Amino acid sequence: MAKEIQYIFDQENLRKSEPQKLREQALKREEVIINIGPQHPSTHGVLRLEVLARGEEVIEVIPHIGYLHRCFEKHAENLPYNQIIPFVDRMDYLAAMNTEHAYAMGVERMLGIEEDIPKRVEYIRVLVAELNRLASHFIAIGSYGMDIGAVTAFFWMTRDREHIVRLLEWASGARMLYNYIWVGGLFYDLPVGFEERCKEFTTYLKPKLKELERVLIDNKIFVDRTANVGVLPLDLAINYGITGPMLRGSGLNYDLRKIDGYSIYPEIDFDIPVGKGAMGTTGDCWDRTWVRMQECFESIKIVDQCIDKLTTDHKRDRDFDPRALVPKKIRPKAQDLYVRAENPKGETGFFFRADGRSDIPFRCKARGASFVNLSIINELAKGGLIADLIAVIGSIDIVLGEVDR
Amino acid sequence: MTFQAIVDHIKSNLDEQVIISIDENASPKAIIMDRQNLIEVMSFLQSDDQLYFDSLSCITGLDNGPEENSMEVIYNLYSIPFNHHLMVKVELERENPAIDSLTGLWKTADWHEREAYDLFGIHFNNHPDLRRILLPADWEGFPLKKDYQQQEYYRGVKVEY
Repeated sequence: MAKEIQYIFDQENLRKSEPQKLREQALKREEVIINIGPQHPSTHGVLRLEVLARGEEVIEVIPHIGYLHRCFEKHAENLPYNQIIPFVDRMDYLAAMNTEHAYAMGVERMLGIEEDIPKRVEYIRVLVAELNRLASHFIAIGSYGMDIGAVTAFFWMTRDREHIVRLLEWASGARMLYNYIWVGGLFYDLPVGFEERCKEFTTYLKPKLKELERVLIDNKIFVDRTANVGVLPLDLAINYGITGPMLRGSGLNYDLRKIDGYSIYPEIDFDIPVGKGAMGTTGDCWDRTWVRMQECFESIKIVDQCIDKLTTDHKRDRDFDPRALVPKKIRPKAQDLYVRAENPKGETGFFFRADGRSDIPFRCKARGASFVNLSIINELAKGGLIADLIAVIGSIDIVLGEVDR
Repeated sequence: MTFQAIVDHIKSNLDEQVIISIDENASPKAIIMDRQNLIEVMSFLQSDDQLYFDSLSCITGLDNGPEENSMEVIYNLYSIPFNHHLMVKVELERENPAIDSLTGLWKTADWHEREAYDLFGIHFNNHPDLRRILLPADWEGFPLKKDYQQQEYYRGVKVEY
């Protein structure tokens, strides 16, 4: 049987989809358009950058996104609330637990059961979310090191991330896309022995991170490559809606875990690292990476405290059912609600409109932290060198699954 | 500042009529206003030294469907120094929806508005760069409209599988 050829080739196809914003005819002397991506390791996924350059100097960067667009919001309008959670996972696939946590929190708030969630469930949620935050920062720091030529960091970070991924696999059954935090509870309680293993892991991790900090963050080559590069002033950052480690790198003590104090974060003692421009200017690439590195230590603190609580005050109990509050049918009252939470990349928000008649959201909009953070790339990169552009992309820490949704 | 204080403050400084109604059911609580006053109210909200909504968290486009025959744009504002929230809702007609762009006030509005244009067809006046952002430029229709019918073929490839 002859194979059906689907795609119709037409020379006009490329022009019609407008892959370029700049026109070659409008170029001035010595200017050139360079296309970076979408398939390039240093763009951290399928991001395409149209760069207008004069020699080595970047004049303008125009990001083109949408290569990983999977119609999350359209899917969400056709599925019951609980079935959206696997889709939420696939947004920020490096920090699925955090996004799940934000989503579940929003739906619980709509249902009015947010206050009733058992403490043990909340502690487990924060525990897995912080483990996932560690894993996400490991990828951010490791791949950033690799982007600018330090391969060791990436190997070390993936080695340590593997431990986290296996811990989470043990708990949920999946390595990256967990569907573990459910609306009203959890998929399962933690497996027996998880707390001990987790404790072992954090004891192992602390010296390893210290070592990495010495090898990568304080390394002279790394500092030379990132300090005073891609400086983000604070007022510009706020105007662009930047959140997360990028905003803290610019010198603002702003962390939704402290400000909103959601879940059980108010009961936990941790600090918020803020960039001070120790190696150059406040808000440069080095500050952002340093903030991520320090946040790893803070996350370890949180994990340790959660483990303590889970083995003392909120002990494992044979009769404890993490699904006890999971509603059979999720039908919130008619309302609009915006919920936000601190993800490794920044503020992840969900806007819901429930119509009160069905268990399917009328509208579910996701505000991806990476999406908003990426929009500033032109401001950071223009005027610098093309090599610095690569350093800037890495320091933004984007996940294209969340950018494109 | 509580929600009521914010509403009173807006009413005492601007025209009483700018706030058509309020939605106490929403979280954060919302004011509903007309699109003609958008820029005036938003620049007041951003720059007033008692409100100071310096951060625009999210812009949501919304289609109420052909029966209701309306669309909405919803803005989520947050003030970092004062730690208060506000939701602002603006209703649009469904035929050729258009609203002023906020890119002059918050740069972050740029991509949010492009996304709303891409998926709902809402036109943002005075937007510097209103192109599709997630879909290719030659895609037909606006997918998040409630009566969206996807095109049958895209470059000869069947869309529905």
